[in-house]
This record gives sequence, C-alpha cells and structure tokens, in this order.
Amino acid sequence: MLFDYLLRLADNGLILAQRLGEWVGRGPVLEEDIASTNVGLDLLGQARLWYAYAGEVEARDTGAGRSEDELAYFRDSGGFRNLLLVEQPNGNYADTMARQYLFDQWHVLLLDELRTSRDQRIAGIAAKALKEAQYHVQRSADWVVRLGDGTEESHRRMQAAIDALWMYTGEMFAVDATERTLIDAGIAADAAALQAPWRSSVDAVFGEATLAVPTDDWMQGAGMRGGKQGIHTEHLSHLLAEMQVLPRTYPQARW
Amino acid sequence: MSDELRSIWHALGEVADPELPLVSIVELGIVRSVERGEDGWTVTLTPTYSGCPATRVIEEDVRAALATATTAPVRIATALAPAWTTDWIAPEARRKLHAAGIVPPQGEAAGAAPAGVRPIAFHRPRPVPCPKCGSLKTVELSRFGSTACKAQYRCSDCLEPFDYFKPH
Repeated sequence: MLFDYLLRLADNGLILAQRLGEWVGRGPVLEEDIASTNVGLDLLGQARLWYAYAGEVEARDTGAGRSEDELAYFRDSGGFRNLLLVEQPNGNYADTMARQYLFDQWHVLLLDELRTSRDQRIAGIAAKALKEAQYHVQRSADWVVRLGDGTEESHRRMQAAIDALWMYTGEMFAVDATERTLIDAGIAADAAALQAPWRSSVDAVFGEATLAVPTDDWMQGAGMRGGKQGIHTEHLSHLLAEMQVLPRTYPQARW
Repeated sequence: MSDELRSIWHALGEVADPELPLVSIVELGIVRSVERGEDGWTVTLTPTYSGCPATRVIEEDVRAALATATTAPVRIATALAPAWTTDWIAPEARRKLHAAGIVPPQGEAAGAAPAGVRPIAFHRPRPVPCPKCGSLKTVELSRFGSTACKAQYRCSDCLEPFDYFKPH
C-alpha cells in the first residue's frame, strides 16, 4: 500500500519530467528551453528519491524490490500511478505552462503536508522537494499571468489551455482507499484538504492573469478510476513508448 | 580532532564542485559530517538540488581524495534532511563566486527554516547587484541559468549578462 502511494509520487515526477524534456531544443527561446528542462531535472531527481524508497518498501513487503530503472523502464502504462494531468501532451507553450501551474500549485501544498508525515523518509524527501517546487510554482504562475494578461492571442491560448486541462484537476483531490488508510496512519497527505487552498491560489493567479475559472466541474478520473488507479489517457502509452524504447531494446545498455 | 580526521577534512577541502570548480564541496556546505565508525569512516553528503547531475561525480571525487588521506574503508552516506540551503555557503566561497562573476545569494534563503508554502508574489523586486559594475539596475533574463542553482541576469548599465546563485 505504501509502495503504491510512493509510486504515485514518483510517477508524477518522472512523467512530467519526460514531458518537459520533450522541449529540449524546441523551447520558444533558449532561456525557456533551459528553464523547462531544469524544472524537469528537479522533478526527475525527486522521482528518483521516491523510486529508491519505493524499491526498498517493495523489498520489505515481497522480498524482491525493483530498482529505479526497472520501475521507470519496465512497467507498462497500467502500472503507472501518475495523475492524468501530467501525461497530457505539451501542445503550445500556453498548454505546457497551464499544465505546469495547475500541477505546481498542487505539488507545493502536497509536499508541505508531507513534510510532517510520520514516515521520516517521506518527510525528508518532501522538505527537500518543497524548496524546489516553490521555485517552480513562482515561475509557472508568472507565465500564466504573462500569457493570460498578454496579447489577445496569448490570452486566448492560455484560456483554451486552462479550459482543456481543467477536467484533469479533480483527480488531484480524490482520496481512494489506499490513501485513506495511509492518511489515517499519519503517513500520506489528505489530498481532499488541499482543494480549498489550491483553489484560492488558482483564483488569485487567474484573477491577475485576467483568466476565467472554468465553470464545468465534471472531472475526469475523480471517480477512483483515473491515473492513480492505473487507468490512463491514450497519451501515456505514446510517451512510454518513446521513453522506454532504448532500455527495452537493449536491456543491458549502459551509459 | 585527530590527525587522521584533520587530514580527511583537508582532503575534502580540496574536492572542487564539478559545476563550480572554483569552490570546494566543504565551502558549499555539501559535506555534512565525517564520522569514525568501527569499520571505517562515514562521510555524509547532502545534495544541493534533488536532480543535481553532479552528485555522482562528487561521490567519486570524494573517494579518490580520501584514498590518500586514510587507509581505512570509506563509506559515503546521503542525508536529505535538513535540506541543503545556500545559507550554508561559506563567506570565503561567496567572495570567490563574486570574483568569478557569479553573484552569490543575496540575503538568507527563506527555506533555511522550513517556511511552508509561500504565497505567490508577482513582479518581485529583488535587487541583485551587477558583479562587474555594482549597479542595482539589473534584470532577470531567465529563472534558470547554466545550472539548476543559478538564474541568468543582465546589467542594464554595463549591459553585461551574469549568473546569479539563487537563494535556496
């Protein structure tokens, strides 16, 4: 159960890092190319910390724990526990930054709660990751404002991005049986309690950005059948195909 | 402090950070402790950023440096908590960074004491003096520079671009 929860944390970092890595060499300007991939690097580093711990927990539970690489490269999409939001395609830069902001704003709140987890290992990783996530959300919020309150065209694109991604945000606050048990044990963060502070920050940033908060509140995956349960959008398989092809084709490859 | 411990610290003080070779890992505050156990020495390191690509190289460099300082086995441990902060960068290292054109972190990092989630502030003015001419009229070009720990700035007076080591 703890293993599954750690995978959720790790997979969010890995998948979003992979998405951000797709911008390498294609950023709108050199500085943004570097910035997006640096954010991805932070997320990848965090994912490795979570995977390493997940592997130890798995070893404790079953006697055979997988390595970081095995977890990253040799699971199929149904084995991934990331949020649907982070696997959504990059689209244009507004799509990428909207996805990033919606995630970052949730991520800082989640990590802040996990800092006080009764599991010392989780608390330590969260405290470290929070400092990085804090910087990420400042940047992504700035971009939401810059594009939202920019030109007519940038505003239109940012609003369209928010409208398209909004239905994937509900899953972030859905608590299933796995999380419930770990919340009660003082190990996991109560994701449902993050919704109000998340929404008030989002409202403030959208206000500054002259963006409208979508009114359609139908949420994909919120009914316990989403990314956290291993049920994904079609985009994840394509992402994994590219990410995993090398180690699966050459399992002994070293670099 | 034993002679051996002294020579270990001295050797660690010679290990340069791979991405900022002008400062040592001790000056950067990456070495958290050196302890003697029954079966050898344990050097505890802490990563600067979770994804810092230099972490592995630093471990290898530490091993190589200590090979001459002690004959006892050396174990390298990683400690995440308390999380590394730029407040641990030694004054001497700050002078070296500045001399090399990299502006050291201005003020204390808020993360030194766990601060929780800070509210988002737009258009934050944080004066970062130009390392060449000292002007405070500088602008942030990018929140990330040549490494994860730096941001890129430009001086509006002398027009020189420069790196800023972000408070973290």
